[in-house]
Amino acid sequence: MTNSIKEIEGTDLMFVTGSNTTENHPVIATKMRRAIKKGAKLIVADPRKIELADDADVFLQIRPGTNTALFNGLMHVIIKEGLEDKNYIENRCENYEALKELVKDYTPEKVAEICNINSKDLIKAAKLYAKANKASIFYAMGITQHTTGTYSVMAIANLANLCGNIGIESGGVNPLRGQNNVQGACDMGALPNVYPGYQKVEDSEVNKKFEKAWESKLSDKVGLTIPEMLDSADNGDVRFLYVMGENPMISDPDTNHVEKVLNETEFLVVQDIFLTETAELADVVLPAAAFAEKDGTFTNTERRIQRIRKAIDAPGEAKPDWLIIMEIMNSIGYDKKYNNPAEVMEEIASVTPQYGGISYDRLALKVDGLGLQWPCPTNTHQGTKYLHKGNHARGKGLFLPHDHSDSKELPDKEFPLIMTNGRVLYHYHTRSMTGRVKGLNEKAPESYIEVNPSTASKLNIVNNEKVKVISRRGEIKTKVKITDIVAPNVVFIPFHYKEGSANVLTNPALDKIAKIPEYKSCTVRIEKL
Amino acid sequence: MVNVIINGHKMNVPKDYTILKACDDLGIHIPTLCHDERIDPHAACRLCIVEIEGMDELPTSCSTKVKDGMKIKTHSNRVRKARKDILSLIVANHPLDCIMCDNSGNCKLQEYCYEYGISEVEFKGEKKNYKTDYSNPFYYSDQNKCINCGKCVRICNELQCVGAIGFNERGFKTHIGAPFDMELNESECVSCGNCVSVCPVGALMPKIKERIRYEELKEVRTTCPYCGVGCQMDLLVLDGKIVDVKPADGPSNENLLCVKGRFGFKFLDHPDRLKKPLIKRDGKFVETSWEEAYKIIAKNIKKIKNENGPDAFAGFSSARCSTEENYLFQKLFRAALGTNNVDHCARL
Repeated sequence: MTNSIKEIEGTDLMFVTGSNTTENHPVIATKMRRAIKKGAKLIVADPRKIELADDADVFLQIRPGTNTALFNGLMHVIIKEGLEDKNYIENRCENYEALKELVKDYTPEKVAEICNINSKDLIKAAKLYAKANKASIFYAMGITQHTTGTYSVMAIANLANLCGNIGIESGGVNPLRGQNNVQGACDMGALPNVYPGYQKVEDSEVNKKFEKAWESKLSDKVGLTIPEMLDSADNGDVRFLYVMGENPMISDPDTNHVEKVLNETEFLVVQDIFLTETAELADVVLPAAAFAEKDGTFTNTERRIQRIRKAIDAPGEAKPDWLIIMEIMNSIGYDKKYNNPAEVMEEIASVTPQYGGISYDRLALKVDGLGLQWPCPTNTHQGTKYLHKGNHARGKGLFLPHDHSDSKELPDKEFPLIMTNGRVLYHYHTRSMTGRVKGLNEKAPESYIEVNPSTASKLNIVNNEKVKVISRRGEIKTKVKITDIVAPNVVFIPFHYKEGSANVLTNPALDKIAKIPEYKSCTVRIEKL
Repeated sequence: MVNVIINGHKMNVPKDYTILKACDDLGIHIPTLCHDERIDPHAACRLCIVEIEGMDELPTSCSTKVKDGMKIKTHSNRVRKARKDILSLIVANHPLDCIMCDNSGNCKLQEYCYEYGISEVEFKGEKKNYKTDYSNPFYYSDQNKCINCGKCVRICNELQCVGAIGFNERGFKTHIGAPFDMELNESECVSCGNCVSVCPVGALMPKIKERIRYEELKEVRTTCPYCGVGCQMDLLVLDGKIVDVKPADGPSNENLLCVKGRFGFKFLDHPDRLKKPLIKRDGKFVETSWEEAYKIIAKNIKKIKNENGPDAFAGFSSARCSTEENYLFQKLFRAALGTNNVDHCARL
C-alpha cells in the first residue's frame, strides 16, 4: 500500500476493484464501511456482486479479464470532461501525451461493450473518482491474477496519477496483500530477480555488496519463478526442490501438472507444520514451528513491521523455520550462525536500505509496540506513513499506458462459461490451518460453484446438486449454489478445498512480466452427473 | 486547554475531552460498564456519574465535556452511594452464580460490586429466563446475564458495521439478539467475536473447551497469522496451550479481529501436527532424527551440485513464514547454494 490502513478513515472516495474485502481483509472492510458512514463515496468494480457492492455509489459488474479496458475507459471520460489534475500532471508526472493518445479510443460505449457494463455507470464512476479530493484505490488478486495483470496495475497507477492521488494522505494505490507476510517475503528478496530491498541481482555493484556481506560468490543471473521452476523440474533441469510453508498442490494452477512434476522431481524437501498434500509427495519432510511457537516479524500490507512472539513450545521435535534453514546452511559448509531472529534482523538492517532502522529493540512492546513502516532507513527514522510525498520515489510519476487484451481463454461452444475463483471468509488459502479448526469447517464445509439462476435453469440444475465442472485441464465434482452474485456467463469456485479443487481447472497461462498465472479467468462447462 | 479541579487538584486538560477521558489520562479510575473509547458515549450504565459543583444531578462523565473552572468530584460519598445503588439495581436481576460462571475473574460487574461493597441483594424482583443460544460454533449468548449496556450492539453496528444484533423487545424484557430472535448462527453474524471481546459480563462468551480462569492466563502480544492486515492480538496461554485470543490495540486493527484471527487458532495443538522429521522409504514415510534428515539433504545437495551446478536447485519460500526466515531462505539459495532460483507464493 502506498498509504496506511488508518488513513481510510479520512478518505473522500474508495475505489475497490478485484478485492472482496469483507471476506479477505475483514478488518480493513470495517474501516471502509465506517468511512462510508462518515460520507465517503464508494465505487466497486468486480465480476461478482460482493457484499461491498451493496454499499457502493456505483457498482460495475465487469466481465472477468477486462480490468485494463475499464481503467482506460475511466481515464478517457476524465480527460474528455477536463477533470484531470492538470497542475499535478504538469509538475509531478511524465509521458502524459502517450496516455492521452492511448485512452482516446476507449470511449464509454466501447468499454461498456468490452466490460459488459452500462456506459452511464462508467461515466458516473469516472466523474465521482475525479471529483473526489482524496481518492484511494484498493485492489487485490482480482486485478493481478490475469495475463494482463501487470498492465492493469499500471493502469491503476495511471488513473491515480491522472487525478493527483499519489503522495497524498488518504489517497494512493493500495494493493491489499493476502498473506500475513507476503510483503516481508518480497521485501527480503524471496524473489528470483532481487536481493533484499528489491536490489537487482543483475546489478554488478549490488552483487559485489552482497558478495562482501555474505562472504560468498553470487550468481548475477535472474532465477526462476515458481511456475518456471515447475516447468524446469518437469524437463529435469531442476533436480532439487525445497518447499517451505507452501502447498502448491492446492494453490497452484493446473493441479494435475503440479502433481506430475512433484512426483517426478528427483529430490523434494517440504518443510511445514502439517503433512500437506504437497508434503505427501516429498522425499524428506521437516516439521516446523507455527507462528505462536517462535519469535520473528511479519510485515503487513501497509509496510508495517510488527513482532510475533513465542507463546508456547512447538510440538515434539518441530523447530522454527529460521533454525532449520540455518542448520541446513551449516550442514553444507556455510558456517554463519545466529542465536535468535533478532540477530537475523540486525543483518537484514545492514543490507536492506528500507529496513536500515529496524531492530527488535525498537519493535519492543515497552517502546510503543506499534511497529515501524518502511522505508525506515536509520535508527532514528520514525517510519513512513505514506509513500511518494512531495515527489514520486523515481522522480516523476510515469504514465505507462497499455491496451486491453483478452484473457487467454474466452468462452466458446465447448467451454461457454468464464470461471473465476477466490477465498471465503472462513478459510485461509489451502486450509492446512483453517481446515483443522472445527468451527470454521462447520461454517464453510465444502467446495461449491456459484451459478446464476438463469444459467442454472438453462442447464436444468438445482441448488445443492452435485455437478461436473470441466476445463481444458481437468474436471472436478462440486455442489451448485444458485445465486445472482455472479452474472449469467460467469461462475465462481472457492479454491480452498482439495475435493472439488478450483485449481484443477485454472489456466496456468502467465502474465509475461510478473509471471502470475491467470487464475481469475478461464473457461469451463458444467455437466449434470 | 481548560482548567478544571478534579478531587481538589488543579488540572489542565484539552477542551474537547470528556470528564471520563480527562480522568483516565490523569490516572483517576472511574467505573464504567458501557463505555468504549472507539465509539460515541452511550451513558447507559450510569456508573461513571460524577459530582460537579453547582449541579444538582450527577452527570455521566462519559458524555459530559470538561468546562473551564469545573470542579469535579469523582469519588465523593454522594457519588459512591449513587454508584452502589446503580450496582444494586443491576444485580437485582443478574444471576449470582459467579462461582460457576465462565467469566468469573474477568467480569466488570463482579469487580465493581466487590469494589463498592455490594454484600447482599437489596432489591428483590423478577428474574430473566432466557434459553442460552449455543448455535454459533465459536461463542454463546446467555441473555440472563446481560446488563443491557449495549456495547455489543454498538460494536457490531458502529465498528464492525454488520448490524447482526440489536435490542429486542422493550422495558424489562429488553435483550440482545438477532432480528426476530432467530438463532445467532442463522443471522447476519460473521463470527468476528468483537462483541464477545467487549462484553463486560458473562453474557457473550467464547466457547472454550478448557476450564479456565482468566486471571491465571499469560498474555502474549503477537501478530495474526492469516491475511496481510497485520492485526495485533494477545494469545492467552494456560499450561503451554493457547486457550483464547483477545484483540489488541494495533495500528491497523484498533481492537478488532475477524473470525479467523479471533477463533482460528485451534490448529496449533491439532494431533496432525508434524512432530518429527520424516523420510520416504519404499513409498512410505518413516520417522527419523534431525541429524539423519540433514545428512540426506546434504548428500543430495552435494551430488546434484557436482553433476549439474547450482541452477539445478530451486526453492519455494513462504509468505506465511517470518521476514527473518524469508531472508535466511533466499540467503541459503543465493549464498550457500549459488542460485537465484528462489521465489514464493506472492503470485498465488
